[in-house]
Amino acid sequence: MFQIQVLGDSREFRCGENTSLLSAMAKVGINCIPVGCRSGGCGVCKVRVLSGTFTAKVMSRKQVSVAEEANGMALACRIFPKSSMVVEVVEKKLKK
Amino acid sequence: MQKGVMRPGHVQIRVMNIEEALDHYCNLVGLIETDRDEQGRVYLKAWTEVDRFSVVLREADEPGMDFMAFKVLNDAVLESLSADLQAYGCDVENIAAGELNNCGRRVRFQAPSGHYFELYAEKERTGKWGVSNVNPEAWPRDLKGMKAERFDHCLLYGTDIPATLKLFEDVLGFSLAEQVVDPDGNRVAIFITTSMKAHDIAFIDCPEPNKFHHASFCLDTWDSVLRAADLLTMTDTPKDIGPTRHGLTHGQTIYFFDPSGNRNEVFCGGDYHYPDHEPVTWKAEDLGKAIFYHDRELNERFLEVLT
Repeated sequence: MFQIQVLGDSREFRCGENTSLLSAMAKVGINCIPVGCRSGGCGVCKVRVLSGTFTAKVMSRKQVSVAEEANGMALACRIFPKSSMVVEVVEKKLKK
Repeated sequence: MQKGVMRPGHVQIRVMNIEEALDHYCNLVGLIETDRDEQGRVYLKAWTEVDRFSVVLREADEPGMDFMAFKVLNDAVLESLSADLQAYGCDVENIAAGELNNCGRRVRFQAPSGHYFELYAEKERTGKWGVSNVNPEAWPRDLKGMKAERFDHCLLYGTDIPATLKLFEDVLGFSLAEQVVDPDGNRVAIFITTSMKAHDIAFIDCPEPNKFHHASFCLDTWDSVLRAADLLTMTDTPKDIGPTRHGLTHGQTIYFFDPSGNRNEVFCGGDYHYPDHEPVTWKAEDLGKAIFYHDRELNERFLEVLT
């Protein structure tokens, strides 16, 4: 299990390497990253990875371009940690 | 006035991984694979449908809807509706028979909402799946998952709802069954039908054109909707909302997402509509009750998560 920190939020949570960041967050009742389709399509949970390593499943190119992905942008529902991570929410698209 | 558009015929949905999508639409929703083509598209149908396919899955790098099609009575109707669309000012694209396997020629146009629609008259008629047309049994015994009965409608988000309504009413003969109207009198959502169903297609106003909210599949009973909810948990499939009832159309419903983030609905029941019925109106300020009749509160995810 790895420690996950969302910039600007004091509530850290833990995530195993077979669980998506978003799923691990939702399971413990934290809502610092907006939750949308949870399938890599809608882009609501877009984050910038500030530190840490991870693997990623395919994400909608409309939501995360090749250049963005190379710069550490990702959808939290599609990334699986390989270390502790710090991420930043890109856009608060949903009001809650 | 009805103009020979019979019903929704098919929807082509973009998915990011075709095998994951097939597991979802066949093993969970309960559609049946009926064909594949050289582009890699996969054709599916629900068991009560009489034609060869109603859902086409296309692998792409972003999800969403390519187009939705309506079946018309015959080729003469197709020809006259094509002329009417052009006279109305629509650009019409003619797509040759066979571009979709076992489907006749299609007439494609773009609505003011930004979405692409098609009309066609011919598709291979294979009959209901798993039951005979003579002395039919009640249902086939080897259905999977939610056992969806038919592809029913789509809800789409897009631009210029008034012009979209006018096109569907004046040219295609649809009837406005329900609407959501804001305090200034603007229609922000329309539920329109070419049949007795509460909606064959619905639109909600959105600043961005050509967005996909959901494709909906019909189930037989409320018990089936609850069983669908059980299956979502058993398969760890992301649920959106439900099981609940809509105010709009009064259908009993649950929403969830496919593995590419496209929203699906399975539902049962709901109101009926004849062309002489006045539209049912919901006030935009009561949208919570209109959409979620039990909670009576809006859910931002339902309104804003689109593909």
